[in-house]
Amino acid sequence: MKQEKLISIRQLCDHYQIEMSFFEALQEEGLLRMTYASNNYFLEQDAMHRAEKIIRIHKELNINVEGIDVVFNLLQKVDNLQQEMLQMQNKLNLYEGESFFS
Amino acid sequence: MDFIDYYKVLGVSKKATEAEIKKAYRKLARKYHPDVNPNDKEAEKKFKEINEANEVLSNAENRKKYDKYGKDWKHAEEFEKAERQQQQYQQQGRSYQRAGTNFTEEDFSDFFGSMFGGAGGGRRRASSFRGQDYNAELQLSLKDVYKTHKRTLTVNDKNIRLTIPAGVKNGQVIKIKGHGGEGIQGGPKGDLNITFIIQNDPKFRRDENNLYTTVDLDLYKAMLGGEEIINTFDGKVKLKVKPETSNLTKVKLKGKGFPLYKQEGKFGDLFITYKIKLPTNLSNKEKELFKELSKLRSK
Repeated sequence: MKQEKLISIRQLCDHYQIEMSFFEALQEEGLLRMTYASNNYFLEQDAMHRAEKIIRIHKELNINVEGIDVVFNLLQKVDNLQQEMLQMQNKLNLYEGESFFS
Repeated sequence: MDFIDYYKVLGVSKKATEAEIKKAYRKLARKYHPDVNPNDKEAEKKFKEINEANEVLSNAENRKKYDKYGKDWKHAEEFEKAERQQQQYQQQGRSYQRAGTNFTEEDFSDFFGSMFGGAGGGRRRASSFRGQDYNAELQLSLKDVYKTHKRTLTVNDKNIRLTIPAGVKNGQVIKIKGHGGEGIQGGPKGDLNITFIIQNDPKFRRDENNLYTTVDLDLYKAMLGGEEIINTFDGKVKLKVKPETSNLTKVKLKGKGFPLYKQEGKFGDLFITYKIKLPTNLSNKEKELFKELSKLRSK
């Protein structure tokens, strides 16, 4: 793993004014995976989008780590349902054409 | 620009305390926050309104100006200055009319400039490491996505050449990494999310990787059998029609459907439904022959 693809958790804590314990709790709940190297914890660059979303939900909506876990699970369900709905809509379009099968 | 009643937006009375405003804002934010309402433009719009209302009403000074001047509260200082001048002019016995002020959508949204960024698209804090995500929609015909092709998109005045793989589905989102907004403090660029809108084709219907079409068949070919030339996305195909083919008979052409996304050389099937066309405007001779056929059948 290349060093430049890692973002220091310490740096994130400073930037977002968040306690290190928050990231530890996220790791414990399986919401984020940190990497340990050179006596420091890091986050992979690809996980930043998810991390920022978690931070926003936590800070802007006052939701704790357990709540964030629930939110993410429900969002995953919503996403699955939306995908299913899209598939159904595409299937429905098959039978809605004016001249089709008529 | 329509006047938006910030108290109404937050569902509080004009006498609401700071704590009541904060509580109402938090409750509505939890409901409409874009992170918990992905791809919901209505929720995003509502959240902007809630935020704007909160920004104004949670600040005692802004709230005071808003209560006094309503929608024009941001120009309170200008008005006060104008009022003072007017009073001066009136004292001098001269009439004075304040020039009309034009408000634009930008006035409405400038509270969010820092929060949402200038360009349309995904929501990002200005202070984040990663650049803003851009969202775009691309409308394509079914024929366009039958083959992998290259296309140039212009996003925020930048040309992006991208390869659109064959078999892209309607509503599918493709993320193009690093083509969003610039990163902040040396962070990576945001992404460009392209939603593909595939228009219906008048001749072919698509369900996943299968294609469906109807083909008109004349009565005599349906009864006696023969050959029929069928148009597919892959060119013309000659089909043998079995004698005594009934109306709405379905025929499957294996591998003549739609290409599988990112699985080169693999295709779905094409389903053909025969629709038998009955002859019209029969001549006397034809009528006689049909009567004869009918008699033969009823024997």
